[in-house]
Amino acid sequence: MPKFKPHIRVKNLNLFYEGHHALKDITVDIPEKEITAIIGPSGCGKTTLLKSLNRLIDLVDGIEISGEVIVDGEDIYSTKVDVTYIRKKIGMLGQKPYPLPMSIYDNVAYGPRIHGMRKKKELDGIVEHYLEVAGLWDEVKDRLKSPASMLSAGQQQRLCLARSLAVEPEIILGDEPTSALDPISSKRIEEVFIALKKDYTIVIVTHILRQAVRLADYVIFLYMGDVIEQGPAKEIFENPKEERTKAYIGGEIS
Amino acid sequence: MDRRKIEEDFFKGLMILSTAIIVGILFAIVAVVVLKGAPALSLSMLTQTPKGGYYLGKGGGILNAIIGSLYLAFGATALSLIIALPVAFYLREYASERFANFVRLSLDILWGVPSIVYGAFGFIIMLYFGLRACLLGGIIALTLLILPIMTRAMDEVMRMVAFELREASYGLGSTKLEVVSKVISRQTLPGMLTAVLLAFGRGIGDAASILFTAGYTDYIPHSLFDPVASLPLAVFFQLGTPFPEVQERAYASAVVLLVIILLTSVSSRLLTKRWSRFVIK
Amino acid sequence: MDRKLKEAIASKLMLLATVFSSLLIFAVVIGLIQKSRPILATHSLSELLLSSSWFPLRGEFGFYPFIIGTIWVTVLAMLFSLPLCLLTSIYLAEYAPAKIRAFIKPLIDLLAGIPSVVYGLWGILIVVPLIKDYVAPFFGYSATGYCLLAGGIVLAIMVFPIIIAVSEEVFRAVPHEIREVSLALGATKWQTVKHVALRAALPGVIAAIVLGFSRAFGETMAVMMVVGNVARVPSSVFEPAYPLTALIANNYGEMMSVPLYDSALLLSALILLLVILFFSIAARIVLLRIERRVM
Repeated sequence: MPKFKPHIRVKNLNLFYEGHHALKDITVDIPEKEITAIIGPSGCGKTTLLKSLNRLIDLVDGIEISGEVIVDGEDIYSTKVDVTYIRKKIGMLGQKPYPLPMSIYDNVAYGPRIHGMRKKKELDGIVEHYLEVAGLWDEVKDRLKSPASMLSAGQQQRLCLARSLAVEPEIILGDEPTSALDPISSKRIEEVFIALKKDYTIVIVTHILRQAVRLADYVIFLYMGDVIEQGPAKEIFENPKEERTKAYIGGEIS
Repeated sequence: MDRRKIEEDFFKGLMILSTAIIVGILFAIVAVVVLKGAPALSLSMLTQTPKGGYYLGKGGGILNAIIGSLYLAFGATALSLIIALPVAFYLREYASERFANFVRLSLDILWGVPSIVYGAFGFIIMLYFGLRACLLGGIIALTLLILPIMTRAMDEVMRMVAFELREASYGLGSTKLEVVSKVISRQTLPGMLTAVLLAFGRGIGDAASILFTAGYTDYIPHSLFDPVASLPLAVFFQLGTPFPEVQERAYASAVVLLVIILLTSVSSRLLTKRWSRFVIK
Repeated sequence: MDRKLKEAIASKLMLLATVFSSLLIFAVVIGLIQKSRPILATHSLSELLLSSSWFPLRGEFGFYPFIIGTIWVTVLAMLFSLPLCLLTSIYLAEYAPAKIRAFIKPLIDLLAGIPSVVYGLWGILIVVPLIKDYVAPFFGYSATGYCLLAGGIVLAIMVFPIIIAVSEEVFRAVPHEIREVSLALGATKWQTVKHVALRAALPGVIAAIVLGFSRAFGETMAVMMVVGNVARVPSSVFEPAYPLTALIANNYGEMMSVPLYDSALLLSALILLLVILFFSIAARIVLLRIERRVM
């Protein structure tokens, strides 16, 4: 049993996509206020698992899902749960930056606005604060009203991060959040993640092993829809127990 | 020479010939109408309503038809928009695939229904409510005609929205309504504008649907229940008189109509560019 | 929780709008059937469809000449436009240099936006005199020019942009790899188009043709301005005809003052509608069949 305090507990999660058994009886615990990395070869179900954690998987047609995902003691797949509330609590950063079709300011203010914030002053404060947290404020403070589409990809991804943070989530999910970025922008995102973990539980999916080594406190190794091994990053990387984990870390499976 | 080469050249020649014929005819249509109509065009035609004896060749203009056509087309476009927008939203984010396909099929069929049939159906509705030919009747019949055009065009635009963009906004805890009304609608704004202007252009040019629903009058209508003139019918009726002076006015009215449609099409292109500022590629 | 409420209300309203617009087609059909009933009750269907005597004042409503008129102008229009449209769209999709395409495509779109009265006007100014002065005498006929042929030509021009726009897109959607396979075997470009692209594009081309057909079949103003409007079965293309659409448009003024006249005119609208319905549904079914075979 884990010694840490789990923030998300996944119990016996099974997911079928058009008859294909994509996630097989997944049971994992994700520690609070640490960075958890889900690693594994591409196509093994990492992203699917991640999207199951905030029910974005609901958007895909032809999905059948069973099992529990318990966040703060509540199963998010229970019918009583308000899915928009779940997604507010669990933010998400996608593979490619996808700003919304509006200004930089409105992108960050969008979340707070839909969740009921109306006061201009407070919104200004929120926008500034989270742009700062995401390390973007200095670059955009003079052009908050210009379209988000005019930013570079790296800036867009930090904008998306600020946007996710602005709804005040407890958990941030990152789906290979640096895969579309240049090395310098990737480094900035990684720095922001490390700074954020004192306040947030972070789960990232990555196929870059070195990134997992740099960032992760806790690691889940997924292979063909199965959890092969999970544990503190140090143990997994230095002393893997399973053969397949060894093989993957050694670069034999990719 | 190789037979295959001869066949290739023969068909290529035919193709270029047909393309030339079609392009030539287009130019011929615009050229003939403009050449015939422009000389008859005058300021008084654009700024006056018909005076006594107008249809015998005396003074006045077609302001009644210009204003009437704008009333009809704006009214029908607005009314269609009120229905088309929610339908497109619903098809995008709410409807099951099966239901959406059923709706699309029925809209496609509506698209093919001749405008005279809409005129006839509009007439039945008016009989039912005891209305006489009037602005409202014309707007209803035109709305029936352009609603499927606008809705399907919007629907197609919305289907192109990237999955990730929807995912990003759902990821922030948006409801479906917020996703369609705040995000998808902004992303698709240029395309929706094109859809609206397409419908407007189609509406302002149609005559058969308003023939017996809108009526015709020499005056500018003051209420929804007054009969209303329109440019296509102005062309038609003036052409039907035996007087060359009046027939020339028909040509001039056709030029006015063409210019309005051309302006709609050009402004659609310009506005689309301008409204694309926020679109995420 | 007023977001939830908003969502709930809005989704219901949207559903309402959606149901409303998808049921419109049924409303139109039912409304026209309802209004056609009086004439269907007093006249047998065979009399209505096959009799040529049209004397509303005497209560005789034989639609035969009008039906024939509609069929003839539509057939003529499709005969003229199909070869031209197919050749043009193949040229634009497969052969034309990008510059020419970029020039012609907007023109075709523009052609699609021209109102039907303008086509009719042009028909009166150009097509009718041309037939009267040159074409008819050449074939040994004397004609006013207001005839089937004029209607067919004007309609053919009207459906050009529809058929070209759709089928050009269909040809361009044919995957490049399929063409490469054929070209790699040493086929000429034309052979590739003929044997490969045309076959792959067939379902879409059929759809384009049906669209064009529907437009021609239901067009009113342009055709009625040039076709002559004489209620007699024409014996040559130089004789006038009287399509159903023109019948409705020309007589709406009196339809409330002659008994059963309104019912007769609305029945012709119903006939138009049912034919269009039949063709669009049949085309759908054919398309599904062909698509299944090609895949």
